[in-house]
Order: sequence, then C-alpha cells, then structure tokens
Amino acid sequence: MVVGKSVKRVDAIDKVTGRARYTDDLADKSALIVKICHSTIAHGMVKSIDTSAAENIPGVVKVITCFDVPNRPFPTAGHPWSTDPHHQDVADRMLLNRHVRYYGDEVAVVIGEDEVAAEQGVRALKVEYDELPFVLDVQEAMQDGAPQLHEEFKNNILDHTGYEVGNYEEAIQEPGLVKIEGWYNTPIVQHCHIENHICFAEEQFGKIVIVSSTQIPHIVRRICGQALGLPWGKVRLIKPYIGGGFGNKQDALYEPLCGYCCQQVGGRLVKLDVSREETFVSNRVRHAIRYHIITYARPDGRFVARRLEAFSNQGAYASHGHGVNAKGAGAFKQIYVDDKATKVDAYTVYTNLPAAGAMRAYGIPQVSFAIESSVEDAAKALGIDSLKLRQMNMMPVGYTDSFSKNVNYFDSLNQCIAKGKAYIDYERKHEEYAKQTGPIRRGVGMAIFWYNTAVWPIALEASSCRMVMNQDGSVQLEIGETEIGQGADTAFAQMVADTVGVPFDKVHVLTTQDTDVTPFGTGAYASRQTYVAGFAIHNIGTQLKNKVLKYAEYMTGKPAETLDMAEGVVFEKETQEQLMTIDELATSALYSLDQAEQFSAEGTTQIKTNAYSFGCGFVEVEVDIPMCKVKLLKMINVHDCGRLINPQLAEAQVHGGMSMAIGYGMGEQLLFDPKTGKPLNNNLLDYKLCTMMDHPDLKAEFVENFEPTSPFGTKALGEPPTCPGAPAIRNAILNATGVSVNQTPVTPHILFERFKEEGLL
Amino acid sequence: MEKKLVKCNINGKDVETYVDVRASLTDMLRNDYRLTSVKKGCEVGECGACNVIIDGECFNSCIYLAVWAEGKRIRTLEGLLGPGGELSDIQQAFVDEAAVQCGFCTPGFIMTAVEILETGKEYTRDELRKLLSGHLCRCTGYENILNAVEKTMKQRLGKA
Repeated sequence: MVVGKSVKRVDAIDKVTGRARYTDDLADKSALIVKICHSTIAHGMVKSIDTSAAENIPGVVKVITCFDVPNRPFPTAGHPWSTDPHHQDVADRMLLNRHVRYYGDEVAVVIGEDEVAAEQGVRALKVEYDELPFVLDVQEAMQDGAPQLHEEFKNNILDHTGYEVGNYEEAIQEPGLVKIEGWYNTPIVQHCHIENHICFAEEQFGKIVIVSSTQIPHIVRRICGQALGLPWGKVRLIKPYIGGGFGNKQDALYEPLCGYCCQQVGGRLVKLDVSREETFVSNRVRHAIRYHIITYARPDGRFVARRLEAFSNQGAYASHGHGVNAKGAGAFKQIYVDDKATKVDAYTVYTNLPAAGAMRAYGIPQVSFAIESSVEDAAKALGIDSLKLRQMNMMPVGYTDSFSKNVNYFDSLNQCIAKGKAYIDYERKHEEYAKQTGPIRRGVGMAIFWYNTAVWPIALEASSCRMVMNQDGSVQLEIGETEIGQGADTAFAQMVADTVGVPFDKVHVLTTQDTDVTPFGTGAYASRQTYVAGFAIHNIGTQLKNKVLKYAEYMTGKPAETLDMAEGVVFEKETQEQLMTIDELATSALYSLDQAEQFSAEGTTQIKTNAYSFGCGFVEVEVDIPMCKVKLLKMINVHDCGRLINPQLAEAQVHGGMSMAIGYGMGEQLLFDPKTGKPLNNNLLDYKLCTMMDHPDLKAEFVENFEPTSPFGTKALGEPPTCPGAPAIRNAILNATGVSVNQTPVTPHILFERFKEEGLL
Repeated sequence: MEKKLVKCNINGKDVETYVDVRASLTDMLRNDYRLTSVKKGCEVGECGACNVIIDGECFNSCIYLAVWAEGKRIRTLEGLLGPGGELSDIQQAFVDEAAVQCGFCTPGFIMTAVEILETGKEYTRDELRKLLSGHLCRCTGYENILNAVEKTMKQRLGKA
C-alpha cells in the first residue's frame, strides 16, 4: 500500500530539470501581445479615449476601448455555478469599464505584434475622465452620502448576514460577568504566486481555445462562455502546470478579456501576460476585514455570550464577495461555543480598492487573528491562563454543526495543543516571560483554528474522473481536480495505486486539464481536492478493478468475487495463490482474438459530507523594544487533517502556509495613497514577502485521527496552515511586552506607536 | 528595431543569434534558445526566478541585457544533467527533500545552489539563508529548499 508513504512527487523530476511546461512556455512566439490600459483614478467615468496616436504606432494591430465592448456583465468568482438564480455570483464585471471603480481598473487594451508595440500603444492612449469622489475605508463606505460604486447596492453593502444563537441581550444581564471588548484590523495582502497570471487564446476547431494559468479550468470555461456570450462548449480551456495560485487563480482573471481580444483579431493567437505590478492590483487580493468583538465571561473564564461585528472590504468588484466574510462569521460560533448566546453581524462592502477574492483559507486567517487576539485579551483581563481559557471554551468533542452537519469526532484540538506546547515548552516559558524587564524580551504565543473541508452543503461537491488501463497494466487517471503545486497529482496517484491494486509507478496522472477531454471537476479551492477526489478515485478505481477481476474470471475460470489484485498481482483471496500479473492480464485482454477489451471506468461521484480540520500554531519571539523589532525564534504548526496521504508532502504544505502566516503577521500589506487611491507598494521590493532570512526553522507536526467520512481517512490541509501564525505571533509579543497590538502585520511602525502609548518608550 | 549578433556559450555549446538590442537575457534564453527553465516572475530583478550563472556568477537574467552576453559562458538548469540524462546531486536533493512544489522558483534556486556548492566552502545554516535570500518562493516556506542545499553541501564535503 502506498497511501500513507512519503513517495516522491510525480512531477518533481520534470520540475527540477525545467521540463515542466507552464503557460508561457507553451505559447507560440507568433502570438500577438495584449497589454491593458489601467485607470489612473480611483473612481470616475471615462469621458473619452483618443486612440489615434496609439493606432499609428508601427506594430499596433488593434485598440479596443471600454466603448467597444458588449454590455454583458458577468461574474468572476470561481464557485461552482448554481442553477438557482438566488445563489448565483454577482455579475458586476465588464470586459473593460467606462465606470472605473479603483486605481488600476481596465479601460482599454492594445493588441500589438510584440510586447514593445503593445506597451507603446498603451502609453499613447489619451484617456479623459470625469472624476467622482472615492472611498477606501470599509465603514466610511457604508455611511449615507458615501460615494456609490454599484447602483443596485445601497450604501455599498454587497451583502450582510447575521445570526443569533440564544438571546444575547438577555444573556449579558447575568450578574458578575466580565466584559472584554476590542477592535481588530487585518490588512490587504496579495497571493504573490511566483508565476503571474497569464493566458493565451486562439480560435481552432470552431471554438476559442484558451490556455491559462488557472486553478479552475472547468469553471473558467463557463465564465468565458458567459462573458463572451458563447455556448459554454464553444470555449475550450486548457490548464498546464501553474506557478502557484493560492486562490487568486480561483477566479476568472483575464481569460474572458483574452478570449474577446482573440475574437476581435479574427481568431488569431493572442497572449495576455500580466506584469507583477498589475498582478498586485488588478488581479485579486485578500479581504481586509475589521472586527469588533465583545466577550462576556464569568470570572472562572467560561464564555457566556459573545458578539461579533465584521466589516469586510470587498474593493471594487464582487468576485468571491460575501462568502469570505460569511465563512469567518460562521467560524466564530464554532471554534468557541458560548454558554448562552452568540450574536454576529457580518457586512461585505464595496470600496474603491482592488477587488478582493479567494485567498488561502478564505476568511479564516482574518477571523482567527481577531478571535485568537480577543481570547488572549480576555485571559489577561480575567487573570486566567489563556491556554486553559481556550480549553474551557473551545469546540467540544461531539459538537455537530447544525448547518453543515460536520461532527467533531475526536479530541483533535487538545491533542494538537499538547504536541505544540511540548515543542515550545509553552507553559513554563509563558509564565516566566511574563515577568521580564529590560529592552530585549522573549515571548511565546499560540492560536487554534478549525477549517471546513470542501464546500458542501453551501455549494456543489462532485468529482469526475476517468481511468484507462494500458497494455502493460498501467493506468492513466484523468480528473478535473488540479495540480497547482500542492502535490495533488501525487496524492491522486497514490490513491489510484491502492484502489486499483497496481504499483505506484504504474499510475500516470494526466496533469493537464483540457475541458474538451478531462472529465468535469471544479478544481483547486476550499482544501477540497484530496477529500473530494478521494471519493471519486475510490469509486471509479473500484469499478476498474472489478472489470479486471471479471476478465481474470474469464481467463482462469475462478469466480471474480474470489479474486483480488494488489501491487499488480491478481491472486485468489482464500489461498493467496498468485494467478497472474496485471501486465499479463492487460496484454491478453487487449490483444485477445476471442474477447478483446480495454479496461476503463469513468463517472461522477457526488459528495454530500464535509469534515472539520483542526490545528494550532505556537511561536516564540524575541522583541527588541528600543528598535521595535520582532525576531521569530521558533514556530510550530500541528494539524489534524486526518490520515496523511503523503507525510513528507503534507509537511511541505504546512511549511508554506506557515511562511504565508509569518508574512501576514509581521510584514505583508498592500498600501494605498489615501489622497488618490493609488497603490504605493505593488512590487516585490516594497511589498515585504518573507525571504529565507525572515524564517526560523519551521516545524510541522500532525495528529492523525482518520476522518470517518473519507474513504482514505483524509481531510483539509491545503489552506489551514495559514490560519494560526499571525495571532500566535501577536500573542507572543503580548507575552513578551505586555502590549497588545490589534492589527496585523505587526510592523516596527505599529510597535513604535504602541510602545509609546504603553510607556515602554 | 536594431538587432545585434550575440555570440556566447550556453550550457557548454558555442552559439550565436541576432537579438533585439532592447531584449533581456531572459528573453533571449527563452525565445531564441527555448531554455524555458528560465522563468519570468517579476522582470525587474526582485524574485530570482530567472537566475542563471554567467561566467561563474549568478545573475537575474531579466535585468541583464542580451547583448551583454557576448563572449560569456552561461549556464541554465538545462545544463545540469549528466551525459546520460542523470540528475545532478542538487537536483536529486530537491526531489528527495520535497523542496519542489509549484516548481516555478525551482530553476532559479537550483542555479544559486550550484554557485554556492561550487565554492567548495562549508556554510552555516544561517549563512546559507543569506546566500539564498535573493529568491522568493511562496509555496515551500523555504524549509526544504534550505535542507536540500545544506544536505548536498555536506555530501560534497564528505560530511554527510
């Protein structure tokens, strides 16, 4: 059996030799180049665009402006489509915009014979605007009289959800309660996959064929169809290897525009390659969310009632919209369970900033920062150990969510905490460090989280795959779920090997999804793939194996149900007698003059369950108070993502999430000029992505409680590693200095202000 | 468009081609020689994905003009394989240590690792962090990349 073993990635050799081909590597050199003209104001109407100078530049093939494109709004979020109009994504996008809503909005494109001509063309465009007032702050945007971005959304409120468990107002009347209140702010950050988004398109076979760096080929096919007014089957979307996505590419970015440009030049090959500076602003970002949390606790620490208000900055367009904030709002009542009442209001609000979309862990890093900070603050106010406070109030074993029906089967949180605190020596240090004086102090901090696997029952969960056996008994897997760097293809190959009963090296996963060939699957998001594809692979793999065993019955005369296959050998179950290899059987079957057969199986498997994934993070920091600098000394994440399909790759996945969390906690934020809305640091020099020097050694550990609903015992791991780091760092700084910082990232600028306020400087 | 003949040695082979004088070395290697391991992540020398070795020293080829390559010896990832297609030790270490995820930063990282390893020096883990810090990676948290480089360094020095 190969599930559970640290086999090497199936794509590793291609990736260390340069043979793995990404979108740009596949684009023919003859492609025309599309460059985008972005707005240089935050809000207004395009009055006119003078294209004459651009059109006269040698090599400029065509200029298309916002006055040329069809009036056909479309949604961009990479969600499964809903056939119920009430559950469909908001269609507020146009290919190019006359009403520009953020600094960087698309107003025109120039198609050139080469990059230089296209760039020169963009610079030669003369765009005139009627400027409108703009708003960047989420709560200001909700005020009466604030600039309106989309007519149909009053006060810019894209959506609001609220819920109340119990009766909050009544619950807080209980005598003797301690009230703890705080506001917590999270920043706009960007995914920063190292390959920028890129796509190219050409008309072939009466279709538009688009090759794109996307996580979700089948979804992007649908969106391109909607945006271009084409039957969806007239769009063919091909996804090769991609250089990371992290949710940014879980959106239709520029595929619709690229397809449109292709149509406008008679179906010729066009390539739309986005610069790093454009990627930061004109793709998607993580929602900045502002939280207000009030906790009422008994003096012994039990939470009686809590209140959450969440204001999510959507930016200019809906993209994934309210789903991100709603996910965090839902987490609030689950990660901690109040004795009497929980009340939540969550708003998602348009502003004149880049559109926020999906980003790794979809609202949970944001809400985790707020919740885990508030719990630490509550512990301090109550004079109770914060770990004990968590353990007293966190989701108990047996908890079942009324909506998702997710069950907390195991004592995962406590098991994870036990491993994490042992590694850091948390309890001893937490007590010792709280008594420090002097300029250099150390601190330890921690945070817990839960994460849903997949999206059922909010949306569709289904996975389709096809398995085809070759003459030598090897198997191709074609599946709609995508490899985006996380190691999905390797995990799938392991599952196929065990299910069908062939050796791992006899499984070949077709890594390229082609919507005309690959069975339908919605792709990489929601940490769903290992869980969801697991059902599909188990189902289809079993069908394939049964066909093989049926043929073995024909060859041997022994009933199929008495036979089995493992590691490529067909054997009799009772006697364990080996009858033949799969090589022999498959060759005989394909070339049989009597009963020729190629074994294949395919189909869709729908998944109507979901699973809680849990974990925690612990860190140790050293704070230089006069310098306002924080050094990370130690960091560990502990996860219960069920059974590990591939422990080494799981560890690597956790390292990457921890790194992203360090950036979120200590350095990354996209800044905008409040006077103009112009981005200030949309490049990798001024936007402080972690380098190798910013990290201590990263430790990843696991608790393996096999998930009962999954055929392979697995559940979410892709996104969860990003959740606990930032609040753990913030809480460690609190332990070191006694100073709470209620916004992330905790930069020297913020610490300087806070240390001054608290009299440390 | 002005073009100029550039003669250089790429991965051990003398080659020449006419290039647009405005082209970067990244463009020349990718477009003229189809050495697509040389990746474009920022095109302004920030991310390290386009890193190649020129006369023994690493450069971000995106901010190195193609015409400057005249007379130079250039090495890319494609040049690391042995004559029978064998992986070099550092490539194998990236595979073994799970230092590869999306793979987009990998070629650039490996070429800097080659530069480090060819000094024949032993570095501490912190020194290696500094030497490798010109490369950005969003997938791995750098942990296994550092492990792969450190392990190969120790192997080459007979200390593994």
